[in-house]
Amino acid sequence: MSIEAPVETRQAGIAPPVTIDLPSAAHGSVSRARSSRTLHRVLRTAGPIALLGLWQLICSVGLVDAGLLPSPWRVADTIRELTTDGTLLPAIGVSLRRAGVGLLFGAAIGITLGLVAGLSRIGEEALDSSLQMLRTIPFIALVPLFVVWFGIGEEAKYALITAACIFPAYLNTYAGVRGVDPKLIEAARVFKVSGLALAREVILPLAMPGILVGIRFSMGVSVLALVAAEQINTQSGIGVLVLDLNGTLRTDIIISGVVVYAFLGIVVDLVVRNLERLLLRWKASIV
Amino acid sequence: MTTGIATSETVDAPESRDRPAVRVSGGRRAFGDQIVLDDVDLSIAPGEFIALLGASGSGKTTLLRALAGLDRLDAGTVTVPRERSVVFQEPRLIPSRRVWRNVVLGLRGTGRERALEALTEVGLADHAQAWPRTLSGGEAQRVALARALVREPGLLLLDEPFAALDALTRLRMQELVAALCRRHNPAVLLVTHDVDEAIRLADRVLVLRSKRLDSGVVIDKERRAQTGDSYATDLRYHFLNLLGVRGPQPTDRSAHPSDPVQEAHT
Ligand SMILES: Nc1ncnc2c1ncn2[C@@H]1O[C@H](COP(=O)(O)OP(=O)(O)OP(=O)(O)O)[C@@H](O)[C@H]1O
Ligand SMILES: [Mg+2]
Repeated sequence: MSIEAPVETRQAGIAPPVTIDLPSAAHGSVSRARSSRTLHRVLRTAGPIALLGLWQLICSVGLVDAGLLPSPWRVADTIRELTTDGTLLPAIGVSLRRAGVGLLFGAAIGITLGLVAGLSRIGEEALDSSLQMLRTIPFIALVPLFVVWFGIGEEAKYALITAACIFPAYLNTYAGVRGVDPKLIEAARVFKVSGLALAREVILPLAMPGILVGIRFSMGVSVLALVAAEQINTQSGIGVLVLDLNGTLRTDIIISGVVVYAFLGIVVDLVVRNLERLLLRWKASIV
Repeated sequence: MTTGIATSETVDAPESRDRPAVRVSGGRRAFGDQIVLDDVDLSIAPGEFIALLGASGSGKTTLLRALAGLDRLDAGTVTVPRERSVVFQEPRLIPSRRVWRNVVLGLRGTGRERALEALTEVGLADHAQAWPRTLSGGEAQRVALARALVREPGLLLLDEPFAALDALTRLRMQELVAALCRRHNPAVLLVTHDVDEAIRLADRVLVLRSKRLDSGVVIDKERRAQTGDSYATDLRYHFLNLLGVRGPQPTDRSAHPSDPVQEAHT
């Protein structure tokens, strides 16, 4: 938006009027913000749609064998089929349950450990170094071990997802607690807020952004760990679709499973975003 | 020897009128090999407004933190009222609590009304529901002042509370602090770099020099009000001198035969 600056020198005939580019004029800022938000939305959806289009194009032109890469149209059809014949929804239910329970336990353990390590020196010394060490283990490497420990049933799946979810929650909670401005803690201490009250009323809310980042990462990891866990002798869940257990090479079904996994990821992200909006109102932008 | 803070228990007793609100004797503090305070004595009467001057790094904040109970002294005894408040250079509001909940921070069972009263005193009742992030620097500092005064402290500690404010806001804040201190009447220790501010606000001005405190200069409020500038100018010259800044000597000293500077006897 350009605005003509009021220039008195015009009458004097010394300098020509100056035109300044302002980032946003006072009256235009609201509509401007709104239009840029719409633009954002359009751009964000345009990417995936273009990709889908390209995929469809490749298949329609016959660039690859339809048996290897079915078209998005075909996959959508398959998903519809799987829904109507009653396989997909129960499968999603089973998988969601695995991811959800594992996430619940993992995040709860991770946040608790993070709070203990962040709030107390003894806790930090007892926990931090061992957890920092454990977190470098890729959880997929644990699959065989967990099968030995927990068998091939549901327990191994829950255990794996739980284990994977602990670390993001722990790390971010710990960092969140440690990141609280010591000057604020000192101010609270002046006004006789200490111990549990200090933790609950000052440190926990201020660490909440970090904790929520941890939950977000844990949610992402729970879907990842779900995929890994469902490679273990799966009789139910989305894993059954993806693993192509009867060897029919139905790529359309495999891709349907993948699409559902991706969809779970998106849903999880939405949930956390709204949680953040709810819990971090004090952090919202100043305007 | 390490001495903890002895909290005076009888601030409300009748004889406490004559007893000082704050008494430090033989205060000493070192960080490693660096001795910051050495044999510091300080006495503040109830309701007395003390301004503390001193070069940067001379230990003013160290002394204030010891009085606040945020830090210890290595030796010496400290007697302070049970209720103490601090306003720091930064507002230090808790960003996750609304303004009014910041004001009553740490006061169990104190409701909104009390917070609103305190906010009214600093002219911010309208902002009770606001988040601290949305306040300007001066507003946030006024909330910090309300938070300090709402608990009727026996001792109010101010560590350069105006330093981060623009000149106009600073003048307004000084007036506000003076008015509110008259109303609530706590003993006040104001740490400042600004000699004029010290002269304008304080009953007595102390200078922390060579790790020690002198007994300070009692400001004659009548003379400050009447003769205005020249008395203040002389005082200013005196303090700047003590702080090692050689300003121009006031020209009309002959107009004031009596020395403006009377050492306090406490
Ligand atoms: N926690 C600490 N550890 C080590 N040295 C410290 C510590 N706190 C203060 N000091 C030192 O003690 C001296 C006095 O510090 P202090 O903060 O009391 O000075 P000040 O008079 O408040 O200075 P300013 O006017 O710049 O705020 C400084 O030399 C500082 O480096
Ligand atoms: Mg200081």
